[in-house]
Amino acid sequence: MTAVAQSPEELTVEHVVTRAPVSRAQRLGAGISLIVLGLVTIWRFAINGHHDQDATLRFGALNAENVPVLHLPAVPVAWVAGILTVLLGVVWLVAPRRRWFGPFMGAGIFLSVVALICWLASASSFAFVDVVGLLSSTIALAVPLILGALCGVMCERSAVINVAIEGQMLAGAWTAALFGSLMGITAGVLAGALAGALLGSMLAVFAIRYLVNQVVLGVVLNVFAAGLTGFFYDVFMQPHTDTLNSTPLMEPHKIPLLGDIPVIGPLFFDTYSIVYLTYVLIVVVDVWLFRTRWGLRTRAVGEHPKAADTVGIRVLAMRYRNVIIGGAIAGIGGSYFIFQVGQFQKNITSGQGFIALAALIFGRWSPRGAVAASLLFGFASAMQVVLSINAPAIPSAFVAMVPYVATILAVAGLVGKVRAPAADGEPYVKE
Amino acid sequence: MSEQTADPAADPRATLDPPRDEEPPSGWFGRLWASNFMVTVLAFVTAMLIGGILIAIADPQTQDASHYFFQYPWDTFRYGIEAIWNGYVALFQGAIFNPTTAAKGTLAGYLGPISETLTNATPLILGGLSVGLAFRAGLFNIGGQGQVIAGAICAGFVGFHWHLPPGLHLILAIVAGMLGGAVWGGIAGVLKAKTGAHEVITTIMLNYIALYFLAYLLSVKGFQKPPYGQAVSNPVFKSAQLPSLLGGSVRVHAGLILALLAAVGIGWLIDRSTLGFRLRAVGANQFASRTAGMSVENSYITVMLIAGALCGLAGVSQILGTNSQITGDIDAGIGFDAITVALLGRANAKGIVAAGLLFGALHAGGTQMQSATGTPIDLVQVIQSLIVLFIAAPMLVRAIWRIKGTSTGVGGQLAKGWNG
Repeated sequence: MTAVAQSPEELTVEHVVTRAPVSRAQRLGAGISLIVLGLVTIWRFAINGHHDQDATLRFGALNAENVPVLHLPAVPVAWVAGILTVLLGVVWLVAPRRRWFGPFMGAGIFLSVVALICWLASASSFAFVDVVGLLSSTIALAVPLILGALCGVMCERSAVINVAIEGQMLAGAWTAALFGSLMGITAGVLAGALAGALLGSMLAVFAIRYLVNQVVLGVVLNVFAAGLTGFFYDVFMQPHTDTLNSTPLMEPHKIPLLGDIPVIGPLFFDTYSIVYLTYVLIVVVDVWLFRTRWGLRTRAVGEHPKAADTVGIRVLAMRYRNVIIGGAIAGIGGSYFIFQVGQFQKNITSGQGFIALAALIFGRWSPRGAVAASLLFGFASAMQVVLSINAPAIPSAFVAMVPYVATILAVAGLVGKVRAPAADGEPYVKE
Repeated sequence: MSEQTADPAADPRATLDPPRDEEPPSGWFGRLWASNFMVTVLAFVTAMLIGGILIAIADPQTQDASHYFFQYPWDTFRYGIEAIWNGYVALFQGAIFNPTTAAKGTLAGYLGPISETLTNATPLILGGLSVGLAFRAGLFNIGGQGQVIAGAICAGFVGFHWHLPPGLHLILAIVAGMLGGAVWGGIAGVLKAKTGAHEVITTIMLNYIALYFLAYLLSVKGFQKPPYGQAVSNPVFKSAQLPSLLGGSVRVHAGLILALLAAVGIGWLIDRSTLGFRLRAVGANQFASRTAGMSVENSYITVMLIAGALCGLAGVSQILGTNSQITGDIDAGIGFDAITVALLGRANAKGIVAAGLLFGALHAGGTQMQSATGTPIDLVQVIQSLIVLFIAAPMLVRAIWRIKGTSTGVGGQLAKGWNG
C-alpha cells in the first residue's frame, strides 16, 4: 500500500487492553515442536544412548590448567531433559501464555542440547567435550552474523529492506583484504567499513531516490558485488597475491583482570579486537535505537513515515543515514572474514549475509533478538563442525539446516509470530 | 516490450504528482527515443560502456600505459580502446559466430557459438518464466535456486535409478523434475496462503535447505557415484537424456524446445486464460480481487506450484541435457540469474525469451572472452546486474541520456514490505 492510500479512518488507533492471545498455529506449532524435541531426545540419547560411560565435560582446552571438569551420567541426563521438554510442551498446549513463549522454547532447546552434548561426550570414541571451546567457536562464527544482522536492524527499522547484506559484506571483505595487505588490520577494517557504506549508499539512493523495489534491488546488488569483487580479485589480487592479498592475521588481546576469570574470561575477554568492537556496536545500536532521540525518530520513520514527517522529522534523511551506517557495520563484518584467514577468495562470505538476514527476522528486528538469534545460529554451525568430526552417523547437513528451518517456522507463526516494522520496504514520497 | 508491466497506479509518484504539462515528443524518432523500449536499449548500452571501462582497467597493457598517463595520455586511451574492442569482439565470437573456428568447415565450427548461447539460454528462459509469472501475481519468487535443485534431484534420481524403455523414461524423468520443483515452490505458496509468511523470506530459506539436502544426498550410497570419493551423483542413463538437437558435436539439446514450449504456454496462460486473468488481478490488487470473489490464497498456491514446476524444468534441462550427473553446484546460479532475466523481460513471455537469449549470449561470450583476452568472466555478472539496475531505475537512465518523459520501473506490482 502506498502512503496515499491511508485515509484518516485507517489511522484511528484502537486501544485494546487484553492479554495478548496465542494463535492456534502458535499453540499447536510450539507445543508439538517441544514434544517432538523431547521424544527425539529420549529416543536418541536416552534409550539408544551410550550406557557404558559417563560424560566428561571440560570447561577449557586440554592444555589449560585449573580447568573445571564435570562428570555426568549421560543416559539419566537425557531421560530428565527429554521428559522435562515433553512436559514443557504439554503445559504449553494446555495453557499457553505469550509471555512464556521465549522461556519455554529456550528451556526446551537448552535441555535437548545438554542431552546432545552429554551423549557426544559419553561416546567411547572421544573422551570429553570442551564446552568452552564449543562456545568460543560459537562466538567466532556468530560475530559476522551479529554485525550483518545489526546492519539489517539499522536499515529495516527505518523501513529500507536490506537483502544486500551479503553484498555489503563481500564488498567490505574485498576492500579489507586490499587495504589490510597494504596498510595493516586497522586500515583494513576502516576500508571495509567504507566499502560497505558505499554499497549501502547505492542501496539507499536506488531505494529512496529512484523508488526501486527494495527486494529486487537487494538481489541485484548482491550479484553486482559478487561480480565486481570477483572481477577485481582476478585482475589485481590473483597476479599479486603477496603484496595485495595477504593480510596480517588477527591476534587475541587479553583484557587484564576480566580475562583471568575462569570460563568467562577465555570466552569473552581473550579475543580479537573486531569482537570487542562488536560488543561495543551491540550496546551502541541497542541504546541508540531505544534510548536516544535519533532512535525514536528512526522507529517512527519505520512504522509510520507520514506521521513522522508531520511532526517535522526528515524521513528521507533519516533513511539515508541509517542505511549508510548499516552498510558500514556490514562492511566490518566482511572484514572479519578476511582477518580470520588472511586473504580474500571469491564469494568468501558464502551466504553468511543471508543467515544474518535470517537472524534479523528470527530476532524480530530488534538488536537483542538479532544477537540472540545470531548466537543460536552460530551454535548450530559450531555443533555442525563437532558432529561431522565426532558423530558421522548424524548427517551434519541437517544440523546446518537448523537456522533456515527455524526462520521459516518463525515467519509462518508456527513458533511465535514475527512482525516487521510497519512501513518496511515502502518508499516514502512527500505529498 | 510494448506491454508495460508496471501499473502506473502502483508507483506512488505517478499518483502523487499532478500530471506535468510536458509536450509529447513529436515525430517517430522522438516517440521512439522516449519509449520504454529505448530505456531498455540504453540501459544495455550504459551497462556495456561501464563494462568496457572495466575491461580497460583489467588490461595489462593499459595498466602499464597509465603509469605515464600524464606524459603521454594517448597511449592509455589507445590501449584501453583496443582492449575493449578485443574483449567485445571475443564476446561476440563466443556467442554468435566465430570466423576462426568456422574456417575449419565443421558443423561445430559454424554453429558452436550459437549452440553455446542457446544451451546457456535454456535454463535462463525457464527460470525467467518462473520468476516472471510469480511477478505478475504479485509474488517474488527468489527461490529459483532451491526449485532448480529440487527439480534436478528428482529428475536425476528417476534418470539413474529406474530402468525404463527410452521415451517413457525421459517423459517420467521430466515429470518428476517438474513435480520436485513444484513441491519446493508450493511449500512457499502454501505458507504464504495459510500463514501469511512472506515468500521472499521463506524461499531464501528454502534455497539453503535444498542446498544442504543436496549436499547430504551427494554423500548417500545409491545416490552418490561409486567409489564415493567425489560429491557427484550416478550418471543419468542414456534413455533418460534429452536428445541433442544438432548432433553430438554441439551441446544444444531438446531442453530448448521445452523452454520455448513453456514460453508459449505461459504467454497464453498469462494473457489469454481465465486463470491468468485471476493471477494478474491478484497481482494488481489483492484486496479488490478478494472483494470480487477470487480466492487470493488459491492463486498464491497455484502460482507458486507453476513457478516451481518451471524452475524444476530448468533443473531438468541442467541434469538431463547440459550435464548428466548432479553436482553440488548443479543450479549454476540460475535461480538468481532468472530474476534478472524476468526483470529485463518485463515479466512477459516474449520479453523473457529475448532476455534469456541475451544473457545466454553474454554467458557464452564471457567464457570465450576469458580464454581469448583474459578478461575475467565475472564481468558478465557485473554487466548483467547493471542492466537490471538501470532497467529498474528508468529515471536514472533518462537522466543520463537526457530523455524526457516518465516511466515506471519493473517490480511495481510487487508487495513492497515484509508485511504486505
